Amino acid sequence: MSEAQADSGGARHGFRIDIKSVGPMIALLLLCILGYVLNPAFASEGNLTNILTRSAFIGIIAVGATFVITAGGIDLSVGSMAAVISGVMIITMNSAIDTFGPGLTTVLLGCGCSIILGLGAGMINGLLTTKGKIEAFIVTLGTMGIFRSLVTYFADGGTLALDFGIRSVYRPVYYGDFLGLPIPIWVFICVALVGWFLLNRTTFGRYCTAIGSNEGVAKYSAVNVDRIKTMTYVIQGLCVSLATIIYVPRLGSASASTGVLWELEAIAAVIIGGTVLKGGYGRIGGTVIGALILTTIGNILNLTDLVSNYLNGTMQGLIIIIAVWLQRGPWQKPASSQT
Amino acid sequence: MKFITKVSAALLIGMAGAAQAQDTIKIGVSYPTPTHAWASGMNWHAEQAEKRLEELHPNVDLILINSPDPASQASALEDLVSVHNIDALVVLPFESEPLTDPVLQVKSTGALITVVDRGLSQPGIEDIYVAGNNPELGRVSAEYMMTRLGDGDNIVVLRGIPTLIDNERFDAFMETIEGSGINVLDSAHANWNRDDGYEVMQDFLSRFPDIDAVWAQDDDIAIGVVAALEEAGRTGDGMFVVGGAGMKETIKGIMDGNELVPVDVLYPPSMIATAMDVTVNAFTSNGPVAGRYILGATLIDSSNAASFYFPDSPF
Repeated sequence: MSEAQADSGGARHGFRIDIKSVGPMIALLLLCILGYVLNPAFASEGNLTNILTRSAFIGIIAVGATFVITAGGIDLSVGSMAAVISGVMIITMNSAIDTFGPGLTTVLLGCGCSIILGLGAGMINGLLTTKGKIEAFIVTLGTMGIFRSLVTYFADGGTLALDFGIRSVYRPVYYGDFLGLPIPIWVFICVALVGWFLLNRTTFGRYCTAIGSNEGVAKYSAVNVDRIKTMTYVIQGLCVSLATIIYVPRLGSASASTGVLWELEAIAAVIIGGTVLKGGYGRIGGTVIGALILTTIGNILNLTDLVSNYLNGTMQGLIIIIAVWLQRGPWQKPASSQT
Repeated sequence: MKFITKVSAALLIGMAGAAQAQDTIKIGVSYPTPTHAWASGMNWHAEQAEKRLEELHPNVDLILINSPDPASQASALEDLVSVHNIDALVVLPFESEPLTDPVLQVKSTGALITVVDRGLSQPGIEDIYVAGNNPELGRVSAEYMMTRLGDGDNIVVLRGIPTLIDNERFDAFMETIEGSGINVLDSAHANWNRDDGYEVMQDFLSRFPDIDAVWAQDDDIAIGVVAALEEAGRTGDGMFVVGGAGMKETIKGIMDGNELVPVDVLYPPSMIATAMDVTVNAFTSNGPVAGRYILGATLIDSSNAASFYFPDSPF
């Protein structure tokens, strides 16, 4: 089954893929109906905004993960990376207050620092995978541990807190609105649009898909495999730093428990969205839906006491499996006609 | 310098040095490596107590060791016996089951055993037991709620990570609040985590239009809850949040008269210092000290907050 899907990436035909792209949409729609039936408060404007804003973190990271996974890689370090970048951002901004005062410069300095760190961390993951010839799983498992312990070290085991002076300046980045939509949603939309364009309308995107389908063939077709693969990790790093920039103003703190398991949520969002875990086929739109599904599940569980709190994990697991099954289930045409 | 003094003392005194060492009371203190704020507060308090006790009693030598997992803690206990030949052990076990036997091994060398916070799985091993009081934390929180709220008022409850600790706190809270007429609208796990506290509270706010107070059980969760309340503009009308543990920022807020988080219920990381004090007393006091020390879950309000505020501690 997955073999067929991996192959489908090579030659994509818009009209056929529709069946697959509708799968996650149906799942999300069913979930929303379920949420509304269980509690009409689900459809309130405030709640829907909450869901969208919350999805932004995982969603932005998952857009990056879509590139990595499409090109046949995996990045387990994103959660820890987000934590350590948040930590360093907070340290940078706190110490920049003395020089620049609690103003826009300090915040921009923090954001700049975040982007450099994200690009750098992605570059390290990428180069170790390609030039170092170590499996991505191992490289990022290693950096996951390194990043996580670094944030614990920086925070001295405790919590790093952003200075209250800067919070008021930085706060609107998470809590502010633009044309009625919170800023994090706008960032998410922009990242998704750019990601979609990059994956579907550029040679870079086609190379990602080609490498994920068959790395050997891509290499013989004069694709600079190492460079493209490294680039996917750099994009992933950039996405993590963007997510961090909107995460930090929310609670203004970072600790060892920041971003725990975000990597798995991001990977889950990507796979729910229809991207193939072994690479060769990626869908940014699906990833966005996947991130929304994950957040919606958590939201619905909080809006109802139908299920015991202890079974929340079960519900999440079931819905993830059902969402993927919806797009690969038995009603799918046989592999030959699926392309 | 200290080293040279030690070496020369050993050279000069020779055999007498061995006799001297016998008089030194060596106490090993073993606890998990701090990876979250509460544990890092514990580490800080242990270091403070070490400094203070060694100054007070020159013949007492406290050896602090922290371990990242149960297996390394077991090895650390072996080292404390074989390398340091300890007279007493203060231990906060990583997990009860895997450390019961290693602690038993230490006991078989004749060392005094003090267990902190997390009990061993076999009773009667420890001479001294020092712990916070989880059910009491729930009870005290509920009693405070009952002083502020009355019949028909609504609260929501945010719980920790599904564990025995969380169950004890929650069950005691629910038992106390029962019959008071206060409605517990719902409870959900927020995993003693700020982000989860924020998201769970956002959802509770969407779901329940009328909430009068929040029991967040923990100071980290409370920070997330407060952010959600402020975002939704529902901080007025006497709304208040009760956390727990004794985080310094929360206590500072109470001292400054924060109305949204007016109290805190103590579950102090400094209990390790209490355990170290009691253990040293076992060697220095003429009174008996063996027994169980269950610390109160003190309600911290503006009247007593100052005595629980440690600005230098990381927690």
